[in-house]
Order: sequence, then C-alpha cells, then structure tokens
Amino acid sequence: MSVNITTLDERTRVTSEADSALDTEEYFVNMGPQHPATHGVLRMVLKLDGETIKEVIPVLGYIHRSIEKICEHSTYRQIVHLTDRMDYLSSIMNNWAVSLTVEKAANIELTERIEYIRTIVAELERIHSHQVAWGVMGMDLGAFTPFLYGFRDRELVTDILEETIGARLTMNYIQPGGVMFDIHPNFVKKVKEYIAYFRPKLDEYEDLMSGNPIIQQRLRDVGTMDGETALSYGATGPVLRASRVPYDLRKIEPYGVYGKADFNVAIGTAGDCWDRYYVRIEEMRQSIRIIEQLIDNIPEGKFMVKKPAVKIKVPEGRYYGHVETARGVLGVFIVSQGKDIPYRMYFRTPNFHNLWCTTAIAPGGRIGDLVAITASLDLVIPDIDR
Amino acid sequence: MDVLIGILLIPTVQAVLKIFVIIFALVMPLATVLTLMERKWSAMIQDRVGPNRANIPFLNNFRGRGALHIAADGLKSFFKEDFIPEGADRFLFTIAPYFGFAAAMATFAIIPFAGPIGDFTFQITDVKPGLLYIFAITSLGVYGTVLAGAGSNSKFALLGGTRASAQMLSYEVFIGLSLLGVFMVYESTQISVIVNGQNTYWFGNLIPKWGVLTQPIAFFLFFTAMIAETKRAPFDAPEGESEIVAGYFLEYSGMRFAAFMLAEYIALVGVSVLVVTLFFGGYHIPWLHLWESAPQWLVSLLQFMKFTIFTFFFCWLQLQIRWTVPKFRFDQTMALGWKKLLPVALGNVVVTAFIILIAN
Repeated sequence: MSVNITTLDERTRVTSEADSALDTEEYFVNMGPQHPATHGVLRMVLKLDGETIKEVIPVLGYIHRSIEKICEHSTYRQIVHLTDRMDYLSSIMNNWAVSLTVEKAANIELTERIEYIRTIVAELERIHSHQVAWGVMGMDLGAFTPFLYGFRDRELVTDILEETIGARLTMNYIQPGGVMFDIHPNFVKKVKEYIAYFRPKLDEYEDLMSGNPIIQQRLRDVGTMDGETALSYGATGPVLRASRVPYDLRKIEPYGVYGKADFNVAIGTAGDCWDRYYVRIEEMRQSIRIIEQLIDNIPEGKFMVKKPAVKIKVPEGRYYGHVETARGVLGVFIVSQGKDIPYRMYFRTPNFHNLWCTTAIAPGGRIGDLVAITASLDLVIPDIDR
Repeated sequence: MDVLIGILLIPTVQAVLKIFVIIFALVMPLATVLTLMERKWSAMIQDRVGPNRANIPFLNNFRGRGALHIAADGLKSFFKEDFIPEGADRFLFTIAPYFGFAAAMATFAIIPFAGPIGDFTFQITDVKPGLLYIFAITSLGVYGTVLAGAGSNSKFALLGGTRASAQMLSYEVFIGLSLLGVFMVYESTQISVIVNGQNTYWFGNLIPKWGVLTQPIAFFLFFTAMIAETKRAPFDAPEGESEIVAGYFLEYSGMRFAAFMLAEYIALVGVSVLVVTLFFGGYHIPWLHLWESAPQWLVSLLQFMKFTIFTFFFCWLQLQIRWTVPKFRFDQTMALGWKKLLPVALGNVVVTAFIILIAN
C-alpha cells in the first residue's frame, strides 16, 4: 500500500471536472470539530459530490493532551491515572493494560482474587460501554429514545462500580500489583440483581432497534469492510470481528481468568454496519455469561499483593502488553531504564486505528451513511488523540 | 347597537373575525401547548421527568408541572440575539421563516370545526376548489425551506434546503394522488361536500361512510405523505441533526427560529385536522342525527368537542411516531415515495374507479 503524504491545504483544493456536461464542482464540508455526530472534537473534512462522499480526511489533534509525554515524568502508579482519560468508557480496561505490562516486567505475582475481581469489573464495564454504543447508534440514526434507554441501564452499572470504586467514569481501579480497593460487601448481590434486570432489557433493546426496518435499511450493506481491509488498517475489537476475523485477545491470549470462563467470540459475516452493531449486542450477552460464571467463585485472598508501593521499579528493557478493551486492542509499550518512571511510553489505542477505516469504507456513500459508519465504529475521541 | 350587528352580519367582517378567533384562540394555543406536550410525552417515553424547572420566584416558586416552560421558551426567543450570518442574503434570510408559517396557517382557512348554527358556519370560507386550494398553498411552504437554505451562506443549510425541497416537492405528488380516491368517492374536492358525504351511512344507519372506511389505503398514504411533507420523523432527513446539524434553519436564532418551530407544530396540527376532516367524518358524530330533538347549539358543541379530541389524538400519534422510529436516509425517503407509495397510490385510484363503476 502506498502512502500519500500531502498537506490538508493541498488535499482540499477544489477541482472541477472539465469534461462534465453540467457545470459541477466538488466541495468540502467540515464535519467537526464541533458536530453532533462526532461525539467529541473530531474533525473530518468531507469531499462531497452533492450528497455523495468522495473522500474523508480525518484531522486530529483537537484534544491532544500529550499523555505519552506526561508518562515519561510519572511513576507507573501515576500513569494508571492518565489512562482513565484516554478511552473513558473502558477506563478499567485501560488501567489493566498498564498494570498487566508493569506486572509482567517487574515480575509481580497476583492472587486469584485479584484476577477474578479484575475480570468481573472489566466485563461489567464492557457491558456499559456497549450500552452507550447501542444508544448512540440509535441517536445518530435519528431515534433519540434508545440513547436514553442505554444511559438509563448504564447508570445502574456505574452505581455498582461506584460503590466499590468511588468513581463513575474515571475509575482508576486496577493498579500494578492488585486493585485499589476490595469489593464492596454488596457487590456480588448487586451484580446478580443487575444481570437479572438487564437480561430482559437486552431483549427489549433488540425489539426496539434490531427488528426495526428503518434501522435495517440504514445499516445493512452500508460501510462494508472485508477482513483484509480491516486488518490492513489495524482495526481491532468489534470492528474487526464484524469483518469475520475472530481475533479476541480474551480468547487468543487469555489474561485475567478469561481462560476459566466459557464464552464465545461474536463474529459478523458481511462486515457492514449492521454486523458491527450486532456483534456488540452479542458481546453483551457473552459478558453476562462470563460474569455469571465468575461471580460466585471469587476466592478469598488479598486484593493487593503487597503494601501499595508508590514507586515500582521496572527492570531495564522493552515491554509490551495488551488487553481487549470494549473497542479493541489497547497495547502498552514501555521502554524502561530500570527507574521508577519509564523512559518512553507508547499506547496503541484501538480508536485511532478504527478511525482510519472511515477513509476506506465511507467514500461512495451518503452523508447519512458516514454517520452510521462512525456510530458503528463506536469512536471515543480522546482515545484517538491521547 | 343595530349598526354594530349590521356590521357583524357582513360576511367579510365575519370571515375576518373568524380568522382572528381561529388563529389566536385555537391554532396558536394548540401549537404552543404541543411544544410542551411533545417534551413531556417524549420524557414519559424515555423514562425521565421532562421539563419542570421554570418557576416564578415571587409565587412560592410556582412551577405548574412544567407548564411555565411555554412562557419561558417564548421569552427566551424574544431576548436571544437575532443573528444573521456574514455573507447571508439578508432579505431572503429574513423572509424565509414566514413562508412556512403562512403555508401552515392557510390550511385552517377551509376547515369546518363544527356544524353550522342557522346561517353561521364554523368555517372561515368554503371555497369551491376546496382541497386544491390546500395543495396550492402548502406548496408555498417549500419556498421557506429553499430560501432559508440558500440564503444562510452555510453548506449544511444548503444541503438541508436541497433535501427539504426535493422531499416536499415529491411528496406533494403523493398527497394529491392519495386523495384522488377520496375525491372520486365523495364526488367533489369541496370540503363541506366531503364532510357531509361522510355523514351518510351504509345499511340504513349502521356504518358511517367515513373516509377511513371508504378509502383505507388512501388514509395511510395521505398520513405518511403528510408527515413527510411536514418533515417530521421518520422523514426528517432535511433537519437531520446528526448529519447536517439542523439543516435549513441551522443559522437561525431568536424569534425567526421560533417561527420555524411554531410553523412545524402548526403544520402538525394542520395534518391532524386534515386527517380528521377527510377520513374521520370531520366534525360529524356518527349516529348523532338519530337524536332528533337535540338543540343545535348542543349538537355543535358536541361536534366541536369530537373534532378537537380526534385532532388531539392524531397530534399525539405523530408525537408517538416521532419518538419511536429512527429516520430514513434522505435517498431512502425519496425511494420510498417514488418506488413504493406512487404505485400503491396509482393502484388505489384505479381500483377505486373500478369499484365505483361496478357499483353504479
């Protein structure tokens, strides 16, 4: 694949086709940085021919907070705090990615209890992230009601997590060497109650959206992406799995106690927006299955392997660790010089790679299709820019 | 006094008075209440409380269950900056909102709200062309969207204006076609003839010949096409807030924005009123004529109540549709119209013609 490096000014120069019978002209529209469908400060420059999209040029940098640079001055426990602010809908899983890498590098052995708690909490968060994705999908397609239904049920998950963690969005729960707090005495009971509540609600979600002929029209055969394209763009998570690539780190390289849980990896068949939408619905079901299998078997033990060390020293070397967040693979790359702070830190965030799929699949569609595509990619903008 | 009554008996004066009463006592309040009704009803659908914060501080923080939001919205529109974007065509930008407003209002000119008492009709005018007049006037509404889209100097607004004009022009075709069957059944385009035609009965006094029973397909076509014509969900691609932000009225603020919103709600009432008049017997209450000793004033009052209740029902139905379904993509709206509704409407006309031919 050849890469064309041009400036934005060069790419947005208006070209008129001389051989056309009518006097037509392509034009550019800025979708964002302030736009209701981008759900954040993402800017997409659209090259349009009437309503048809010719080209999508994502322009990044509007919410860059130089997290990777700040990491070079922070201890590993402080870095965990920063990861909350990347993909805020899977903050616990972001914490886990850093903790996992640091633990692997510093050879920290964990208790069973820690792994169980981590897995259950992460799956709860995956459910709430997909609930938001489901609701936002509805809102982007013009139905505001699913959005509020999704958020209503998500609030209940955050209620459970808040009881244990004390936060509702930037959780900062998983730490190198354990978790921040032990689970609340009510935790197990409440999670069971929630699953009993949410299972019928999930069917309701399907009744409301999946069976709707308008939704089907809007999503089917829109933004179709084959597995090869998805892989070449580095797409991961539900986006990749919808394109028939069964790549799920929870299955391939089980971390936590995923190896002990029995669950299926949801994959799509066509790779269109509908598959990406439905893979998430199915993943919510599988997350419920995982939680149900683990929730009764949380063993006794420590929730932090030793007294929380403020400064964890990582031996000199290069380390990579990754987890499957709600949106795909979050990779953490640490270059350490044996100190308590990393020499260089790099995050391979899922949304950054998923975003570029729009440049491949959106051209040829309408503006309405682009909205469906961005909704089905389930982008969280702060994760793109970091 | 005699002079005053003499003036009041002049038909023109009566018509002007009726216009004022219908607009300021009926249509505008109903449309304003609908703004709150929509917010409250959507809140109920979506498991939330809805607007209830506006209060009067001097009256013990009186809230009235959110009713004050009507006043708050109006006041807010008055005091907002009246913004005209740079490079906009000031003239077109200024006049655009009132086209839709006028077109929506004009529907009510020929609707009878209750049966006549003596010579006095509860209808501003019963023009001979009847519904053809409504087709003519509602077509003017498209100018509002086109001028707003073109005059705003914004690409999103232009896209919205183009979408709106294409959609409204196409769906006017289906409105006309869907009503052809109604015209054939009641043998007129005049409103009073159609309404009175629905007061006749099959099998003695058993089943009223309501439009929805004589022309069921036309009812669904007309209702669908009118929702598309007023650009409400699921046909609200011209406003498509998730794609082109707000469409053709993107750049509007203050009272002009309020004019667009109010026009939308008036059009919503207009759709309900037309559906009731054409398909649900108008003001006629079925079997009421059997009560022969009833005083005419009571009959008119009951008829007015029936008309209002049915109108409210169809307003509610439109709200319910709006908050239940997602929206079509713009080209899907057009495809639905030309590829599905048009053949059905044509078929309906042909079938109706055959049935009338055989029946006679």
